[in-house]
Parts: sequence; C-alpha cells; structure tokens
Amino acid sequence: MNFDYTEEQRALRDSLQRFIEKEYSFEKRRALIRSGESFNREVWAHFAELGLLALTVPEDCGGIGGNAVDTMLVMECMGKGLVLEPYLACAVLATTLVSTAGTNEQKQSLLPPAAEGGLLLAAALCEPETRYALDRITTTAEATADGWRISGKKALVLGGPSADKFIVSARTGGEANAAEGISLLLVENGTPGLDVRAYRMHDGTHAADITLRSVEVGHAALLGTVGKALPCIELAVGQALAALCAEAVGIMTALNDATLDYMKTRKQFGQPIGRFQALQHRMVDMVVATEQARSMTILATVKAGASDPTERLKYMSGAKTYVGMAARTVGQTAVQLHGGMGVVDELIVSHYFKRLTMIMATLGDTDFHLDRFSKALLAA
Amino acid sequence: MDLEFTIEEQEFRATVRQFISANLPRDIAEKVQNGRRLVKDDYVRWLKILYQHGWGATMWPREYGGTAWNPVQLYIFDEECSAAGAPMQLPFGPKMVAPVIMTFGNRAQQERFLPRIISGEDWWCQGYSEPNAGSDLASLRTRAERQDDHYLVNGQKAWTTFAHYADWMFCLVRTSSEGRQQAGISFLLIDMKSPGITVRPVILLDGEHEINEVWLEDVKVPVQNLVGEENKGWTYAKFLLGHERTDIARVGRSKAALKRLKTIAHREISNGRPLIEDQRFRDRVALVELELMALEVTNLRVLLDDRKGRAPGPESSILKIKGSEIEQMLTELTMQALGPYALPSTSEPRIGNEGNHPSGAFLADCATSNYLNCRKVSIYGGSNEIQRNIIAQMILGL
Repeated sequence: MNFDYTEEQRALRDSLQRFIEKEYSFEKRRALIRSGESFNREVWAHFAELGLLALTVPEDCGGIGGNAVDTMLVMECMGKGLVLEPYLACAVLATTLVSTAGTNEQKQSLLPPAAEGGLLLAAALCEPETRYALDRITTTAEATADGWRISGKKALVLGGPSADKFIVSARTGGEANAAEGISLLLVENGTPGLDVRAYRMHDGTHAADITLRSVEVGHAALLGTVGKALPCIELAVGQALAALCAEAVGIMTALNDATLDYMKTRKQFGQPIGRFQALQHRMVDMVVATEQARSMTILATVKAGASDPTERLKYMSGAKTYVGMAARTVGQTAVQLHGGMGVVDELIVSHYFKRLTMIMATLGDTDFHLDRFSKALLAA
Repeated sequence: MDLEFTIEEQEFRATVRQFISANLPRDIAEKVQNGRRLVKDDYVRWLKILYQHGWGATMWPREYGGTAWNPVQLYIFDEECSAAGAPMQLPFGPKMVAPVIMTFGNRAQQERFLPRIISGEDWWCQGYSEPNAGSDLASLRTRAERQDDHYLVNGQKAWTTFAHYADWMFCLVRTSSEGRQQAGISFLLIDMKSPGITVRPVILLDGEHEINEVWLEDVKVPVQNLVGEENKGWTYAKFLLGHERTDIARVGRSKAALKRLKTIAHREISNGRPLIEDQRFRDRVALVELELMALEVTNLRVLLDDRKGRAPGPESSILKIKGSEIEQMLTELTMQALGPYALPSTSEPRIGNEGNHPSGAFLADCATSNYLNCRKVSIYGGSNEIQRNIIAQMILGL
C-alpha cells in the first residue's frame, strides 16, 4: 500500500501548475469574468496540448487512458487555479459517459475529437423540478420512423453554453421514477426545437437550462442500449463526484495557505493576529478538516471505478457529503479570519469561497448525498 | 414578570401597522421582501414619508423632533416595519452621529445638523476603520493638525458604507500622539464636498457597491466641526457603540427572513414532496427558529433592563453575536432550499420558471447573493471575535 504518485503524474501536475501560474493568474481570470466569456478556446487548446482532454479517454479511442488518480491531480490544480473552463463537465463527466454507455462505433466517433479539443460534449442529466435525482426523469424520447422525438426540460447543464453536442437522459420506457427505461441520446446544438438558455453562475462559470420541444434525432443518436442508461449515468457521475471533491480539496488547500499567510502578516493590537489563540485554533480546524477531506477524496478516487454499485454509492456519496461539510467549514472560516478582506472582490479569498459554495450545490448537495449514504445503513 | 403587551402597546402596534400598510410604496416593499438590493432613492422615499408623519427619528427625544418612544414601542415599530418590507433605517445619521451631537455637541451643531438628519436632507457615513485599524480601531492614524481656525486632515478611511451617497462624515481622527492611543483621538464632522476628499468604491464578493475607501488629502475642517473636546473622541465613540442598539439583534429582519424561508421550503419540491417535509432540512429551520425565539426575548430583556449601573454596551455584544449568526444561517438555509438553482446568478427566468418554478422567480432571486453578502455581518460592527472579547472582559471580568 502506498500513497505515492508516479513520475508521470507528478510531471502532468507540474506542467499544468506552471501553465496556470503563467497564463491563468487571478487578474487574468477577473478579466475573463468581466468579459462575460464562458469559454476560452486558447485555454482549451492548451489543455488539449497538455493531454488533459485525453486523460479519461481510452487509448484505443485516441486517448491516454489515464485513471482516476490522474484526474484527481488535475482537478486539484483546476481548483487552486480557479479555472473557469468546463473541464469537469466536458472532459470528465461527458467523456466518461460516452466511454461507459456508447457502442464502439460511437466511442470511435466522439472521443478522439473530444480528446483533441475540437468537440465539446455536455451531459444534461437533471431536470428543473427534481433537484439532483438522476432517475426522476420526465423528459421523454418517443420512437419514430427515423429515430427519436425528444421533449422535456433539463436543468443546470454544466458546460452547456459552449457545448457542440448534448448527451440527454430521457425516458424511453418505465414508470416516472423507475431505474429501467432511461436512455441517453445525443443532440447536436442548433437542432430545431432545442432551446439553450445560458447563464452565468456566482463563481464566474457558465451553465444552461435546455428545453427540447419535439426535437428529432436519428437512430444513431441513441448512446448504447435503449432503456439501460442509468447504471452508466451513475458510474460517470460517480467519477465526476470524485473529481469535484478533488477540486474542492485543491481550493481548501489554497485557502489554508492564504489564511495562514494573512494570520502571520496582518497586525492588529501590535502583533500578528496569528498570535491570538482563539484564531489559531480556528486555523488548525481548517487544516484538520482539509486533511480529512483529502483522505475522503483519495478513497472516492480509488473506488470510483468499483464494479459494485452499492460500494460505489457509499464512497461517492460519502465523499461528497464529507467534503461538502469540510468545504463549508474551511470556506466560511477563511473568510471570517480575513476580516473585511474576506468579503471583497479584489482578493482571491472570496473567489475561492464562492467556488466552494457552488461545488457544494453541484451534482448533489450535502443533504442529497448524506441521505443516500445514510439510507445505505438501513440495508446493513 | 409579564410578557404580554399592554392594551396601549397593542393599539400602538395597530396604529403603526395601519400607517405602514397605507404608506409604504409597493415597489420598495417588494424589493425588500424578495431580498433585492435597494438604491439610495428607495431609502430616501421611505424616510421622507416617515418624516412627514413625525416619525423621522423615533428614538430621539422630543426636543429634537423625535417621538421619544420607549424600548417596547421601538421594538414593535421595528417588527412591523420588517414584516411589511420597509427598508431598514440607515443608522449613521439618526442612530450614530445624532446621539453624539445631542449629548456632547454644542447648540450650534445641534441646530445645524439635527434637523437635516431627521428630514433626510443630509446623509451621513462613518469614518472609523482604516486599512491598518480594523479591530484595533484605537491605532487609527488619520491625522488632524490644528491650524488657526481649522484642522488639516490627512489619512485614509476604509469600509465606509455608502460614502458615495453621503453628504457628511463623522470621523475619528488623531489629534495627539502622546500617551495612550485612545487619549489622542477626536471626533470631527466633515463635509464630503470638502476639497481633498476622494471616494473609491470597494466592490464586495456579490458584486455590490456598498462600501468605499475615503482618502483625505489636506482636507480643511473648521474647528466648529469638532464635537466636544479635543482628544475626547474615543469616549464619544464608545458612548455611540453602547447607545441605542435597539436593532443590533435585527430580530424583526430575521423574522421576515424566516417567514420567507418557510414559504420557499413549502414550495420547493424534493423527492416528489415539498422540501419542508424533508426532516433533515426542516430540523435545521426549526433550530434557527428556536434561536430566534430566544433572541427575541433576550433582546427585550437587554433593552428593558436599565438597572445594571455600569455603562451600557457589553450586553449588546450578545445580541450582535447571536443576531448575526442567525441572520447568516437564514441566508444559508434559503440558498440551500433552492438546491441546484442556488448556482445561477442571473435573475432571468430559468426554464423551470416559466410560471412553474417551485419557488417562483421572485422568492428564489438573490438567495445566493444574500448568502454571500451576509458573510460580512459576523465581521462588521465589531467582529464576533471582538464581541466575545468584550463579553469576556466587561461582563465576565476575565
């Protein structure tokens, strides 16, 4: 047993870190946000050059065939750098969905361009009235002579505004909340009947709500086997959850560093505020919470590919619950220990805090995942 | 011991409620009730309405145009205003500088400034904090050098709320560097139109412009604008902090926020049922309601207790700590109630909002912005850490 990274993993992390430090400074990021851009093609192209977009793509589909630990390292950097581009949505969640659910032909057709950065895929899995549930699908896909007719609404589609294609979960059969009968369909952006309403989120990233009004797609749009998509969705979302936890840990680590620095340099009452025991203990609590969150993230990362769905649920939902709670503690305490400086836009601390707040409500909030984890105890 | 309102107090409440209902502009009430930001004009409109009714400064003595209401009446008034969605009254003029002018100022200052405060003609801001004097306010460095008939003021103030709206600033300045830091501070009234004053916006994490930096470069302030005695300013500042903190607990505001939260929790759907039926979530709402119930009574106990003998103030620290924590929890729960819809920052209708979003566009709007903005309440007005120090030292003698 060991917790070491390989040389390749360290090299990948270091090159990404260098890129972010040079090309994605805090000021550059603020300029990106001010410009209202949801997506920077140059940054995305550079991610492709670094091999980041090929990480989750199997080798036989033009990818690197990396594992979840590689993704974890990348996501920590993305967190620390507060990168706005939809890496998680497009290069982790969507690509994993394709490699899990798609036929060989579909994988060969979609994954290589995704790995090269020329194709952006976004997963549309949740709906406006059903919060985070992946199985409460009311969007329907009716079989037609030429393929499918899709109608419904999908909510909070991460990476939606810049997507070339959407992967939409729709019901092709089964009762309203049944696990059976959910399918995945590819819908090209710009298809008649598809309305994409983009918006910015509080952390500067973008998402979209999409409406499908009798959107017609061909037979080939069905990803994999009809009615059997839910297990694939859950596996892909599980990988995304582990990645999201890693992003949060990257942010929490950065927040601890920033807060520690502030406590050592900010002077009031003739001394650095870090000398006050009451504040020292709060700082320590932040560090302890972060280390625990890091451990949970490692657990989720190594278990993300487990074949037993019950086991996977325990670790993915467990991690999101725990890391969500840690994120709350670290985020709120970091702001408080910075005093007034913690709530101004000028300083990076509030931006870290906002991104953590968004992460807590993404792919299931703490309540949602605690509910899942906790219900598993009934089965024991 | 009697917690019932007297007949007179009930009638007073009815009068207040009736007045607000008849006179509070709808558009302002809607903004407040949905947690939206107000602009200067919203505050001014309501202030003028109150002033015309003789209620411009309900906590002032009658001789200065106040209503001289007692603590219970002030509490009832605040509760009714909050419930109806009236804007909170900005404290800087009527509740902060005015009592200082009344108690320590001279007749000329009282005649000049007080009528313009109560009428809303003059807006005030508070020039206290500096970049290097936050919690350690006494270490402030903005200098005021006496030169004949004026003071020459140089320095920088920070976190100045609504300085960009203000006509006047009450300012703590250093007039002596000898002896204890507190013993060299004076209380000056400064015209914001004075040459040498620059106001720079400081944007908060929710994108709002509320606070500013104020730079003072060779600003001439007439000696007539010194309140009380030179080098006694710290005493006046402490008086101000302990004085008239009727609404430091913000019970009325939090009751309205709790009501809004419950409405949202009844409308949001989770697992096919109203969110309020989710025990995990509901328990958190119940716990914050308990805190608020307790605080309401603690607030009244503090306000009605005038037998302590020592300088008023330390008990208000309890109110500030609990009040701010409750306020923050309410914003957090309201944001959480929206689930994934806490993420979008736009107020454009979302897909689910075409009439159908469980919370409706209005109630859900601004929930996350309010949560973010509200992180400041445990920091401003004396951080909660400082408040705990005050309780430890001044009440517990530790």
